[in-house]
Amino acid sequence: MKKYALEISSLRKTYANGFEALKGITFNVEEGDFIALLGPNGAGKSTSIGIICSLVNKTSGEVRVFGHSIDQELESAKRCIGLVPQEFNFSQFETCLQIVVNQAGYYGVKRNKAILRAEVVLKQLDLWDKKNDQARSLSGGMKRRLMIARALMHEPKILILDEPTAGVDIEIRRTMWGFLKKLNEDGTTIVLTTHYLEEAEELCRNIAIINYGEIVENTSMKELLSRLDIETFVLDVESMPSELPIIEGVNFRIRDEHRIEFDLPKEKALNEVFEWFNRNNIRVTSMRNKSNRLEELFVQLTEKGRQTVNLRDEKGQSND
Amino acid sequence: MTNKVYTKEAFTALKSIINKEITRYFRIWIQTLLPPAITTSLYFVIFGKLIGSRVGLMDGVSYMEYITPGLIMMAVITNSYSNVASSFFSAKFQRNIEELLVSPVPTLYILLGYVLGGVSRGLFIGIIVTIVASQFVDLHIQNYALVFFVIILTSMMFATAGLVNAVFAKSFDDISIVPTFILTPLTYLGGVFYSIKMLPEFWQNVSMANPVLYMVNAFRYGFLGFSDIPIENAIILILLFIVSLFSLAYYLLSRGIGIRA
Repeated sequence: MKKYALEISSLRKTYANGFEALKGITFNVEEGDFIALLGPNGAGKSTSIGIICSLVNKTSGEVRVFGHSIDQELESAKRCIGLVPQEFNFSQFETCLQIVVNQAGYYGVKRNKAILRAEVVLKQLDLWDKKNDQARSLSGGMKRRLMIARALMHEPKILILDEPTAGVDIEIRRTMWGFLKKLNEDGTTIVLTTHYLEEAEELCRNIAIINYGEIVENTSMKELLSRLDIETFVLDVESMPSELPIIEGVNFRIRDEHRIEFDLPKEKALNEVFEWFNRNNIRVTSMRNKSNRLEELFVQLTEKGRQTVNLRDEKGQSND
Repeated sequence: MTNKVYTKEAFTALKSIINKEITRYFRIWIQTLLPPAITTSLYFVIFGKLIGSRVGLMDGVSYMEYITPGLIMMAVITNSYSNVASSFFSAKFQRNIEELLVSPVPTLYILLGYVLGGVSRGLFIGIIVTIVASQFVDLHIQNYALVFFVIILTSMMFATAGLVNAVFAKSFDDISIVPTFILTPLTYLGGVFYSIKMLPEFWQNVSMANPVLYMVNAFRYGFLGFSDIPIENAIILILLFIVSLFSLAYYLLSRGIGIRA
């Protein structure tokens, strides 16, 4: 029998101003999973996370964290969760050590134990030498890492990260990816929201896409990517051919004097394309995807959602 | 996990909140601990030494001795209130209140943590101002237990009131309105500098509606052994205020008013 870290059913949230942020979403996260919760801005990701972590009051529906209902066993549910929010929400005037040790204290970890744990976590996140620095003096990347350190102080079973790498440079982002992968391998369930789809593709096994307060996709990353019918590639060529290749089903375009772009359907192999260039003695110096594969699917899925909502709005207006 | 373990953990959480609060006001001691010492010294120099020397005895003691309990109480009230109001509002403003909201700390312990943080500052300020006062007046405290009891109750009441203020506040202006327009006038008209017996009967009756009057007089009773108000009434009234404000603050926090979307 599957064990779930998160069970969300028929979750609704309507804010005081009447905005319906969640329209009865249902999805589960298995124990040990690394799942991406994706969606455009305002889709309902942060509201969902807010409800799971008790920062937002739900309108209706049910949330269970490792079997603990947030209605009946809120404290037990909270103990399982570590949250890394989107915005910096620590006191800017406290030192790194004070922030993480106090946070551990809120979970009942005694001060002497919390200091030992802080040393481990801050060292893992390369912040130990900053332990006595005020949070406001840290760089953006360090602040992000500090929030991860804080969330890990009570050794949560599930870590929820809301855009943890926003504004972080590539090197630190990749270090953080390595850290999160290791954490997941060691048994922590991870829920990640991000706008960097490359990040989701690199890290997550499963994916849920939320749009206009509804789950529009909830499947494995592999399954989702296999649905991509067409991929767009960009070739850098040493010299431009006199005419573009003609291969059935493949659509070629000239980008500039050294770049050719083409859409390749799933059933076609790249070999055919390269054979053509070989035959015509055109040297291809490099090739890359035009955009991230997940990004293409994401745009397709969320665009579909937008059109549905527009259609619904139009119908609603014509009924008035 | 058993309830006993939960209670132990909640107690550790409570200590963490109090520790955070104390660290906060010590970190900014120039804003929090120094001003009451300076202000009180000025009060003693101006009202005590310069003007007070021309005022006769008040209920058998010098004017300087008479105003000492009121001045201590004034500092305690202002500091316990503003400690919680500004700390809780800053936590809302910087959103670090979320550190507590996501954690399993029961609402009661969050409330107690902030209130006891305010009480500790009230008590600490009370000690500082008493030390300052002892440089100007030869202090003879009649009832140490009562003095301590009243100072704790008063700071508890105003710390809780400060939290209620911070829950509703939407800007830093909102946490300065109550101290400026309500707390200061009530304190000045609460018998710090005079005995209400000096007022016409009508104003004596109006003064009875001022809760600060009860606290100042209960405190003065502990210090000097006399009061304008029966001491039992004063204690009962303070306790009633504490219970009402604490219940209101608990209700607001548990419903997430002002802190949860």
